[in-house]
Amino acid sequence: MNIVVCVKQVPDTGSERTLKAADSTLDREASDALINELDEYAIEEGLRLAEAEGGEVTILSMGPPRASESIRKALSMGADKAVHLVDDGLAGSDVLATSEAIATVLGRIGFDLVILGSESTDARMGVLAALLAERLGVPQLSFASKVEIDGQAIRIHRQADYGYDKVEASLPAVLSVVEKINEPRYPSFKGIMAAKKKPVETLSLADAGIDPARVGLAASGTEVVSWAKRPPRQAGTIVKDEGDGGVKAAEFLAAQKFI
Amino acid sequence: MAEILVLAEHSGETVKKVTCELLTLARRFGEPAVVWAGPGAEAGRERLAEFGAAKVYVADGPEFDDYVVAPKAELLASLFASASPSAVLVASTPEGREIAARLAIKTGSGLIIDAVDIGDDLVAEQSIFGGAIVVNSRVTAGTPIIAVRPNATTPEPAPGPAEIVPAGTDVTDAAKGARITERVVQEGGERPELTEASIVVSGGRGVGNAENFALIEKLADALGAAVGASRAATDAGWYPHQFQVGQTGKMVSPQLYLAVGISGAIQHRAGMQTSKTIMVINKDAEAPIFELADFGVVGDLFSVVPQLIDGIQQRSGG
Repeated sequence: MNIVVCVKQVPDTGSERTLKAADSTLDREASDALINELDEYAIEEGLRLAEAEGGEVTILSMGPPRASESIRKALSMGADKAVHLVDDGLAGSDVLATSEAIATVLGRIGFDLVILGSESTDARMGVLAALLAERLGVPQLSFASKVEIDGQAIRIHRQADYGYDKVEASLPAVLSVVEKINEPRYPSFKGIMAAKKKPVETLSLADAGIDPARVGLAASGTEVVSWAKRPPRQAGTIVKDEGDGGVKAAEFLAAQKFI
Repeated sequence: MAEILVLAEHSGETVKKVTCELLTLARRFGEPAVVWAGPGAEAGRERLAEFGAAKVYVADGPEFDDYVVAPKAELLASLFASASPSAVLVASTPEGREIAARLAIKTGSGLIIDAVDIGDDLVAEQSIFGGAIVVNSRVTAGTPIIAVRPNATTPEPAPGPAEIVPAGTDVTDAAKGARITERVVQEGGERPELTEASIVVSGGRGVGNAENFALIEKLADALGAAVGASRAATDAGWYPHQFQVGQTGKMVSPQLYLAVGISGAIQHRAGMQTSKTIMVINKDAEAPIFELADFGVVGDLFSVVPQLIDGIQQRSGG
């Protein structure tokens, strides 16, 4: 089975994240970059499925040259090879343009199953699986907390507010996974060494056959009018519990008309 | 006046609160026309009328419940073509966002996700990086498709005719790729949904174990609140994963958020710091969550919370 796992490099959620003054896009230089942690669950699931069903795991990442660090991390976990879509013309792509670029590459490299994390921790949209399914014309299996493959049939539990839906489809398909699906492995020393020798194919827009007019900031269907840092919250009232902390908390709720 | 299409979120015939919020926003920009996929529209109509729906397009075929997302996106695209709306509003729930995303491709339109407000000229306000930055943006391609965060708008009634208009229910085979074979409802069903609730009570590492979450639930039930949990608590298996509030869980902005035994790692703050009022109970006075607190109690949650529950019950006569 040919499994492709999409991986995004994102700013560290533990560092302060901001936008660039010039074009209101993400300031990637302002914070440390690392692999989107939700993608690690997608890599793990891809590796498990390949181990169980046979096949190969390819990492696909779109991003600046620095994203190669995240690609190596994915390879050190055990993926077989990688494709890195990197081109200055991609900078500022919104999610629709991003999905067009990724779908084009997926169409060229082929797949039985595409796996994504449920969302990226920077943009937090959670729509890439739906967009890729729409563009590729294959079933959308998103927010999976459990996956089973049986020949060409794939069955998942799709997470919902009330619990989950059991969903089934036929391969090829696009799958996104939530973090409770598995426990991602740590790269072993052997894995880290092996990753250095694994093939990473670098594609430009031209290599991938992507129309430059359909990606990048200029092709995005939205524009930022203005942005600002949120002012800090005003300091509140903090009391120390001296046997009446709960009473005081209830008084606060009553004064605010919550009870 | 041009129509604003509003995709109804409903559970059978029960209209979800976010739908009333979307109608309240839609009235600012045009004539709200609800799109109702699946059964229950006749019974839900009254509520939609109360919040100003001019029309209710109804497609009640079984496909909308039987297949994941794609049929609803097709329905919206077909109404988009016939009604030429000036905007489409959906709830920024996982499914609402996915429908909006597919519709954006089908119609060549720009997409804004997780708006917390919509102002003049359909400029949408978003709160990003866990509420650290406020961004105003607008759609520049096609027709604005905007997913609005539940609970960010106060629903205001204004009567409308809510005339039922049958909509075509043809769904292509291409949209029937992912079939739902069963819906499994898990615990917590009696409480309000986490992202829709006006009050959320969350427990964290300080709760100590799964059994002690009963105390968090008791406090939540006294307030009619939803229960949430920090990642530390869900990772430890003390509370089910779908209730996790934070960077990798749900984003909530209730009227009141009670953080109990939660230290306030950035991971958690990113999911709740846009809440209107925040109350904190934690024994560690240095916990960063106190920086967000409108009211905080430094103390042992196992003595403060039972006393708080008593105080609530005395006032509510319970």
